[in-house]
Amino acid sequence: MIKLVGVEKTLGGQPVLRGVDLTIPEGKLTTIIGGSGSGKSVLLKHMIGLMQPDRGEIWIDGTDIAHLKGKALNEVRKKFAMLFQNAALFDSMTVFENVAFPLREKLRLKGEVVTRRVEEKLGQVGLAGMGHKFPAELSGGMRKRAGLARALVMEPEIILFDEPTTGLDPLLAKSIHDLIVAMQQQFKFTAVMVSHEIPEIFGLSDYVAMLKNGRIIEMAPSNEFVKTTDEEIREFIFVAGTVTPKGLPTASL
Amino acid sequence: MEGIARIGRYTIDLTEQMGRMMLFVLSSFAWLTRPPFRVYQIVKQLNFIGYKSTFVVVLTAVFTGMVLALQGHYTLRKFGSEAVLGSAVALSIIRELGPVLAALMVTARAGSAMTAEIGIMRITEQIDALDTMAINPLQYLIGPKLVASLIAVPLLVALFDVVGIYGGYVVGVQLLNGNEGAYWSSIESAVEWKDVYGGILKSISFGLLISWVCCYKGFHTKHSAEGLGTATTEAVVLSAVLILVWDYFLTSVLL
Repeated sequence: MIKLVGVEKTLGGQPVLRGVDLTIPEGKLTTIIGGSGSGKSVLLKHMIGLMQPDRGEIWIDGTDIAHLKGKALNEVRKKFAMLFQNAALFDSMTVFENVAFPLREKLRLKGEVVTRRVEEKLGQVGLAGMGHKFPAELSGGMRKRAGLARALVMEPEIILFDEPTTGLDPLLAKSIHDLIVAMQQQFKFTAVMVSHEIPEIFGLSDYVAMLKNGRIIEMAPSNEFVKTTDEEIREFIFVAGTVTPKGLPTASL
Repeated sequence: MEGIARIGRYTIDLTEQMGRMMLFVLSSFAWLTRPPFRVYQIVKQLNFIGYKSTFVVVLTAVFTGMVLALQGHYTLRKFGSEAVLGSAVALSIIRELGPVLAALMVTARAGSAMTAEIGIMRITEQIDALDTMAINPLQYLIGPKLVASLIAVPLLVALFDVVGIYGGYVVGVQLLNGNEGAYWSSIESAVEWKDVYGGILKSISFGLLISWVCCYKGFHTKHSAEGLGTATTEAVVLSAVLILVWDYFLTSVLL
């Protein structure tokens, strides 16, 4: 469904992506990990066409979006939703209006239909009754939930998560992770997440890919990933001591 | 050699920026012609740029007219020409001070706010969020501001003209005991249609300049608080400078 071939990108004279080859499995949760400044968010933005590569191909369901623009790109983007690092809620609108926004703008829905769908999504993310609040009145975790509700409301095929738990305390981070996994399992969308939360992401991701020096150096199901023999990768993922990959017993360095 | 290279680099950067600004405004207008037509956003911006600038424009107009009348009265009295005070105030305001000062007030109030609003949306990825929802930010955010500015600024300039002339009347006639009939009749005989449409032409072009520059600077804000501050300052300064420069060129063409 999502396939990157030889993607290269230079920003401010610095090469960030140096030939990324990556295939994202359909209907699964894939997490991209890597050191700070390794280009994970840049890679994510390429998948939805917010950035365009200097070289390479980005295939979304058989369409190369690498140099696509305008109406053609917007057609592909209809399959996507994205949860940004700080939720990117429109601060002049209430939570309700934020979640309703894609329904009103893209599907031109009105009235009771919108109210029903928005309240359903707010309930699913644990924000029932909060629709009247503005983003500035919400905590960080609530903003993320509202952003997730907005991402889910159009029932997209693919959702991208850019560090969804950055800046949250461990309990709140776990609740957001649990919510993402629950939504993904319920709605079966393809999820691509960028995260620093090691070792937690191994317990919730189906696949893990590591970005280093501008390339994907390892990509595997999370239970296989932890068995890697690459010393650098092992040092990175076992930094917290133990890892419990999805469906398997705890592993350690 | 380094100095020449620096001049060259600066010239290339400046030309590039001018090209980007032109593409920015042309794309925004082009997107406005495609549905959905953002009538609600245009009305909302008319309220913000137009209605909410009324107070500051009226205040500026009143005092401008009053000081013009004050200065004009004592200057004209030296030549025994107090009777033409009305035309002096009216022509100054309609031809120059109305469009320029109203535009500068709108720049300071609404222009800076536009830059800050769009800049914050850029920094907090709200513009990226629009893109990911396949909603063109130029159509949704920028276009309505351009259209509203083109409508609101000429109306504010017209308001400035009326209030400024009346402010001049209050000082020139009521306070300084000038001749009321002479005040209004001198305006009637001196002000011509070309003065009025010259003012309208200026106000429309100033409206475009303000929203164009301020929206562009906000849209291309660098991702930091300092970047936002820089963008807002640059937007206001550049808008003000361009208003004054363009005013000179238009005046030289119109006269």
